[in-house]
Amino acid sequence: MADFVSGFWNAWVMVLVFLSIGFCVFVLISNTTKRTSGPVGLHDHVWDETLQEYNNPLPRWWMYMFWITIIFAITYLTLYPGFGNNQGKLGWSSAGQWEAEQKAAAEKYGPIFAKYRGMDLNAVATDKEANAMGHRMFLTYCAQCHGADAKGAKGFPNLTDNDWLYGGEPETIKTTILEGRQGMMPPFGPALGADGVKDVANYVRSLSGLANDSLRAQRGKEIFTQNCVACHGPEAKGTPAVGAPNLTDKTWLYGSSEATIIETVTHGRTNRMPAWKDFLGEDKVHLLAGYVLSLSKNAAAPAEEKK
Amino acid sequence: MAQSNHDFIERKVGWLIVFTLMTVSIGGLVEIVPLFHMKSTTTPVEGLKPYDPVRLVGRDIYIREGCYNCHSQMIRPFRAETERYGHYSVAGEYVYDHPFQWGSKRTGPDLHRVGGRYSDQWHRIHLLNPRDVVPESNMPAFPWLDRPAKIDDIEAKMTALRKVGVPYSDEEIQGARKALEGKTELEAVIAYLQGLGTALNAGKPAAPAVAAAAPAPAEAAAAPAPAAPEKQ
Repeated sequence: MADFVSGFWNAWVMVLVFLSIGFCVFVLISNTTKRTSGPVGLHDHVWDETLQEYNNPLPRWWMYMFWITIIFAITYLTLYPGFGNNQGKLGWSSAGQWEAEQKAAAEKYGPIFAKYRGMDLNAVATDKEANAMGHRMFLTYCAQCHGADAKGAKGFPNLTDNDWLYGGEPETIKTTILEGRQGMMPPFGPALGADGVKDVANYVRSLSGLANDSLRAQRGKEIFTQNCVACHGPEAKGTPAVGAPNLTDKTWLYGSSEATIIETVTHGRTNRMPAWKDFLGEDKVHLLAGYVLSLSKNAAAPAEEKK
Repeated sequence: MAQSNHDFIERKVGWLIVFTLMTVSIGGLVEIVPLFHMKSTTTPVEGLKPYDPVRLVGRDIYIREGCYNCHSQMIRPFRAETERYGHYSVAGEYVYDHPFQWGSKRTGPDLHRVGGRYSDQWHRIHLLNPRDVVPESNMPAFPWLDRPAKIDDIEAKMTALRKVGVPYSDEEIQGARKALEGKTELEAVIAYLQGLGTALNAGKPAAPAVAAAAPAPAEAAAAPAPAAPEKQ
């Protein structure tokens, strides 16, 4: 696409291109006409006392190649953009080619996406082909944070443990992917002081049966009731609506050690799941949600068998 | 005739150099110079703003650490690329880049639309040790970034950029030092990365860019302390 600020540059390109091609033609012709029969003369340039060079005309095959490149250049500039503002007879553009690629892909894959789009997420989660597609997309878009095995990392939720910060209903998972999530635990360090934080950390550990200082936990319970129940609930079972985790289970996003809990309470936590609606679109998110749903379903099944 | 011309060029080395330079420069005059005079390469896309001081410092760290050796910032208009990275890059997105960071090789992924793609916290962990979040990664760790950013030459940098056409106002240049106060190199790089490629979507509602900008202040406040234990 050439959108020059003035017509001068259009003319500039055209004239220089025209002169260049014209010059090539001139050089070729001026050398072609020199071909004569009879013995080949020598250049009068002498190297190393006796070395001289024959003044051979250019080989014909080379001349033909040169003519072909000139014809190619003219053909190319006729068909494709390049000669100033000239768009070329084919009307080609890189953006146009991309749009054609997109259109072809939409025609090819559109029906497949449409088929799953109409299906309930629970059904998508058990569909083998849908899960294979979801898996490939997961590896492209989600694995960087949640891991190739979807088991997450510190600060990035494990998606296979059937434990959900914002709720595990199929539609909720889809909303999470579409809109993203913004998780925020405020810092309590300044308000509670180092001792208060330690007390509360011990109480939090006691909730899931981890080793704790019972005296501190006793004091921590009071602090918890005053500061933490608004989000984590009076029984510390969490509030999926705001993404406040259940503190009584054995799932930890950042870690369950006393030091980590103290760090969490002191500095708070900010976490963000990006929104994928604009980038991926609903069709792909539907398949991804189905795949994510299948992860914990599949994980739950063998676990129950073991029991 | 041709014979004498040939002799002339071959024997007079000075003229050989002159003619060679003339021939070689034609390509540049036809293919490069006109690009400086095209609307699509010189007009910023709607919503594009010059780098604020923090992002500018982050950008210089990006260059210093040689990120461009492995990461491109140029999404080509192929479906295979736009499916993975997002909308293809357009020339108007780079008008405030001096120099642009297109790169020429992808050992790592393209970064032109990385803004908003990951959380700030992800970038923090990933830059300090990529394998903490992506076990398969072969990107080097940059643990030294968690140190105060160098800020004493920020005014000079911005003034220099203004000379080549980046529209910084006097107030922006004067306020630059204040904006950078207490920032670590890590925060600057993350701010730079989180802003990459977001201008093209800025017009759309609920673009990732909006979400990306939000957590920055809250996280920045708590940043230095929790960053250290993250390394365990």
